[in-house]
Amino acid sequence: MADPAGAADGAGAGAGAGAAAAASARRAVEAVWRIEGARITAGLARAFGDFGLAEDAAQDALAQALVQWPVEGEPRNPGAWLTAVAKRRAVDALRRGSGLDERYASLAAGADAGVGTGVGGGADARAGDLVGDEVLGLVFIACHPVLGRDAQVALTLRVVGGLTSEEIARLYLLPVATVQQRIVRAKKTLAAANVPFESPEPAEWTGRLGGVLAALYLIFTEGYSATSGERWLRPELADEAVRLGRVLAGLLPREPEVHALLALMELQAARFPARTAADGSPVLLADQDRRRWDRARLGRGRAALARSDEAARRRGRGRGPYALQAAIAECHAVAPDVAGTDWERIVLLYEALGALAPNPVVELNKAVAVSMAVGPASALRMVDELVATGALAGSHLVPSVRGELLAQLGRVPEARSELVAAAGLTRNERARAVLLAKAAALPGG
Amino acid sequence: MKYMLIMRTTAEALEASKDLDFTEVINAMGAYNESMITAGVLIGGDGLSDAKEGFVVDFSGEAPTVTDGPYGEVHELFNGFWIVQVATKEEALEWAKRAPLGAGSKLEVRRITDESDFAEFADNEFIQKEKEWRG
Repeated sequence: MADPAGAADGAGAGAGAGAAAAASARRAVEAVWRIEGARITAGLARAFGDFGLAEDAAQDALAQALVQWPVEGEPRNPGAWLTAVAKRRAVDALRRGSGLDERYASLAAGADAGVGTGVGGGADARAGDLVGDEVLGLVFIACHPVLGRDAQVALTLRVVGGLTSEEIARLYLLPVATVQQRIVRAKKTLAAANVPFESPEPAEWTGRLGGVLAALYLIFTEGYSATSGERWLRPELADEAVRLGRVLAGLLPREPEVHALLALMELQAARFPARTAADGSPVLLADQDRRRWDRARLGRGRAALARSDEAARRRGRGRGPYALQAAIAECHAVAPDVAGTDWERIVLLYEALGALAPNPVVELNKAVAVSMAVGPASALRMVDELVATGALAGSHLVPSVRGELLAQLGRVPEARSELVAAAGLTRNERARAVLLAKAAALPGG
Repeated sequence: MKYMLIMRTTAEALEASKDLDFTEVINAMGAYNESMITAGVLIGGDGLSDAKEGFVVDFSGEAPTVTDGPYGEVHELFNGFWIVQVATKEEALEWAKRAPLGAGSKLEVRRITDESDFAEFADNEFIQKEKEWRG
């Protein structure tokens, strides 16, 4: 079935209309891949026991679809088409390589006829669970501890999120070749480390899950507060992270921290409409028009936090680091304004978070909360202690918070020099402009 | 971006559907919903009860008039909707194509407006209040 929208555009026959039709046809293939990609790659990896081979074959199938579908139309069952082509490519690759292993002879035969989702064994009653387990295997291999964070992020977006290298490159403002190199290297690393394609045992989940959640949250935070570039927010990237969070919550519904991460992301993303002014400059929490927060997202976030708390209760556990962060975000979500925020509760939540997962950024945030709950003098002492440890050296966060606290204490020249120093350290142009504007707005500035 | 997939069915198709095994219909719809949930795209949706239970308020005259049941001349009835959060229009279309619907049924796919659609009215009191009302 051809994409009707694309066909209609193409009928215009102008060069612009042709290009628009081609772009739409491409997006149509990408849309199918988003839906089918993880399942196809996971099925092949399970059947062939080789993640690298499966990923290559799956990408070959995607490439063939990008060439063929815009011309011939989308097949009636696009998922089955992609599965069959990918399976054939995998078998071809094995034939070209060290010779077709006996074990795969039946798969090769099946590939020529093959459609359907059960790449390996036949259909069985647990087919649905099996697909879930396979996709979970994909999540764990993409975020495997032998990989660096950049590699985990690229691989997760590609194999779990079903994004093309071009889409990832666009989201991260990177050259496509850089993304491709990261993925090629990641696959080589996994192969060199002999990482098998299988979900870890549930007993190991807690240890391994931390890396998965960290990678997802890293994707989100880059969208929430871009570390570089002209734009302050990249909501498309944050939305991908939220989508993957929902996928993970579906795969691991009994893991409290999975729901907690989803809650944290929804609650933070709810502020997007208020975080940017009409000219694209950032609006900080204190100055945000809270009426513009996305109430539907807040509702979903609070519901996810309640699910997390319930899952933790069933396990006889307290809140984990993501649940504590989500609880802090919830304190902001329910407050009418900065003055009406329960800062004392936020300080307690940060203390619990700092004890569970010591982190200088958490200490810095706690200092900000203390400045609201108690006053800037106590907060400044905390920040200075943090500076003395040498943590966060080179980050714009410390001088921007110190500058803010010094300004509140009326120590204007010191405040100005800290804010200017912070501006010099951030790589985000929008954030730099805000810091310089604050410095300029100081009395006598 | 968010899209609404709006289910529309002719009265004839609705009548014919009464011969179907309702358990199968529920299972097919459940599997479709589940596939959207596990893909992380479904954020809302509901079915509508029989149009005969509804009524129509018509503003053609000076005062609104009320008619029981579906509007007299309509040939298609709205009977449910899904709201999906997706990256592109094409992705919304791809999900729409997968709905387990048969002959006589249609899905109308409409983008849900967001703040950017009302950018020129951003200062309007009610555009601002609307955010508070949502929930």
